[in-house]
Amino acid sequence: MNFDHLRATYFEESAELLESAYEQLAALAEGRADAETVHALFRAIHSVKGGGGAFGFDRLVALAHVMETLLDLLRDGALEFNAGLITLLLRGTDLLADMLSAERAGEVLPEGEEAELAAALAQAAAVSAGTAHAPVAVGQVAAETVSGWLIRFRPHPAMFRNANEPLLLVRELRRLGAVSAVADLSGLPALSQLEPEDAYVAWSFTLEGPVPRAKVEEVFEFVIDDCDLAIEPIAADDAASDVDADVSIEGPQVAVAAAVPPGAMSRSEAPVVQSVRVDVGKVDRLVNLVGELVINQAMLVQLGSQLPPDLCPGLIGGLETLSQHLRELQEGVMAIRTQPVRSVFARMPRLVRELSAQLGKEVRLVITGEATEIDKTVVEQLADPLIHLLRNALDHGIEPPDVREAAGKPRQGTVHLSAEQRSSRIVIEISDDGRGIDRSRVLTRARERGLIAPDAVLSDAETDELIFLPSFSTAATVSAVSGRGVGMDVVRRNINALGGRIAVESRFGSGSRFLLSLPLTLAVMDGLVVTVGAEALILPISAIVESLRPPAADIHALPGRGAVLSIRGGYVPLLPLHERLGIPGAVNDPARAIVVIVETDHVGRLGLVVDDLVGQQQVVVKSLETNYGPIDGIGGATILGNGRVALIMDIPGLAAGASATSPAPQAAPQSAAALH
Amino acid sequence: MAKSVLTVDDSRTMREMVAFTLRQAGYDVFEAEHGQAAIAVLKTKPADVIITDLNMPVMDGVALIRALRADPKHRSVPIVMLTTESDANKKAEGKSAGATGWLVKPFDPERLIDVVKRISP
Repeated sequence: MNFDHLRATYFEESAELLESAYEQLAALAEGRADAETVHALFRAIHSVKGGGGAFGFDRLVALAHVMETLLDLLRDGALEFNAGLITLLLRGTDLLADMLSAERAGEVLPEGEEAELAAALAQAAAVSAGTAHAPVAVGQVAAETVSGWLIRFRPHPAMFRNANEPLLLVRELRRLGAVSAVADLSGLPALSQLEPEDAYVAWSFTLEGPVPRAKVEEVFEFVIDDCDLAIEPIAADDAASDVDADVSIEGPQVAVAAAVPPGAMSRSEAPVVQSVRVDVGKVDRLVNLVGELVINQAMLVQLGSQLPPDLCPGLIGGLETLSQHLRELQEGVMAIRTQPVRSVFARMPRLVRELSAQLGKEVRLVITGEATEIDKTVVEQLADPLIHLLRNALDHGIEPPDVREAAGKPRQGTVHLSAEQRSSRIVIEISDDGRGIDRSRVLTRARERGLIAPDAVLSDAETDELIFLPSFSTAATVSAVSGRGVGMDVVRRNINALGGRIAVESRFGSGSRFLLSLPLTLAVMDGLVVTVGAEALILPISAIVESLRPPAADIHALPGRGAVLSIRGGYVPLLPLHERLGIPGAVNDPARAIVVIVETDHVGRLGLVVDDLVGQQQVVVKSLETNYGPIDGIGGATILGNGRVALIMDIPGLAAGASATSPAPQAAPQSAAALH
Repeated sequence: MAKSVLTVDDSRTMREMVAFTLRQAGYDVFEAEHGQAAIAVLKTKPADVIITDLNMPVMDGVALIRALRADPKHRSVPIVMLTTESDANKKAEGKSAGATGWLVKPFDPERLIDVVKRISP
């Protein structure tokens, strides 16, 4: 562990603390607060400040300090919470978060609203306190150096009760210089009257050497209130002369064995939450190692299958058990990396509250499934897309109260945000009961921008899909809230980058529903192993719709645009993988090959032409980018059971390449089905 | 044998800073995140010195100090409380509960080592 590690811990913990601060503030704003809420809020800000001071983040400490002062008053009931205070504290928390991310990135945050906010917070605190806290003056200790000190010291009983030891004080004095001591035993009673916990002995110490007074005072720092203490300088010529005799110090051992019933201890039986903080790097190493085991196991299974079963009867069973345990181990390890989506969802109520106030709309946010767990990396990168979608829902979706009323809807709009696990994916849904997507406007805009042919006829789903195209925005007036046109395409790209998909369903007049489907983890995926020529390739199972060996009659060559497969009344463009990847010796005729139909976001369905299907397998994703560089259409690599390296296809990348060579994407009838 | 120090703080950062500082000075440091956890961990492992935050959930520092002082086993263990400037009253409270010493946060690492050295038996 080193200083960087400490900093990392601090930033990580502070982010969690601020997260909880937002939650407490939300609870206060919504009247859900209890006595513990303010305490927890205070502690969160307090801890952020405490660590910040240690790293010298002075601006952060200053701001946290005024917030803390205000919270202290609120905690003590000297001040009542109101909406204004909560807003101030929210702004403060925002600014703390900004300061933290700036410090983390090694940047300097511009001054901005800091001073004004701090002043407002301090004023709010001063209103009740009467006066703001005056800064504590640091006492200046004059450097007074002499040849020695005469220290008269008489402990009070309280000193022993706090586990302070005269003997230790002597030890400390000895570190400063030569010490001689005289014990004054005159106060000592007869043994029969001696109270073991009382203090009877006083001492005079002579400390020799040019020691600063502050150093001597420091020795007595913790006992100064619990003793009579006089520290007098000794003139240079009479050092140690006024002490008659040295008395060896046998520290008066304070009797501590008095029997006290340990009643206070019984509370400790309550369960203590057991958790261990682990560096993500360590978990990743574990994940990798399990990945290697999976590969190894696949290898063993393959070898095992080549042996005659009667040669080693227990082998097959053993390998099966191994596979089973390995899968459990893998799930267990993956579970370490997961965390509830709550941490992201918790930010949303505030966003909705502030935004609806800003837009003059009445909106209720209903959150469900916040305990659903997903890979930590995914959770972290989920915030931006979700914020964007919620902003859109409030800005473009939910109508102003009067409009809603006129349309026969309740004045208050409702936005649902939910998460649930469906097999190996997490589905997050954001739905609103607003006006839905105005398709005629979408179409008009798309034609204006040349995104679709003027005479193209699109289904409703295809029309909705247009909003994901780059630079598409239909807000009649571009608002400050949703911005200008930087929008759904970015959301889609972010979600795709996480291995997820996004789709929209909308009914004009009654609302929209966005569905985000995300993989549980990024490190392992279910893949379909296929062969092309002599190469083995992996296709992500999540993208595959079906695979078939098409009859020759269903394959239609298009001049200059490759071929399409006619399937159930629609057409799917074909992409022979051997052509795309330049693999020799593959099956050329699609009618003799196998077509794997995959779902893509940009071009709807796409038929990948491969030689053969080998089987479904869990593959461990090894990044190519870290060791080589990004390649369009290839998402990574893995090692198969036979030890060979296989490339993992990146379907969106393949699709993008395909649309570049065969431009007919949006109007393809099949693309509608890609949404559902 | 290295002297053992128990650091009690709900802030992981603070605990790690204390632990980091003292481990470098040769102490054996173990941690607890609040008073109750401290009492639980002390049952299995004794501490030569205890360093505790005051403001903590479940069981705060003052309650911890009281509980320890009421237990014959821990009556004479030195306890340092970590305070902040806003905890002036708390410091008095902690002291009357039985704290041996105190240290103002944010602490200077050398000073922490110094204080622990000064009060540890």
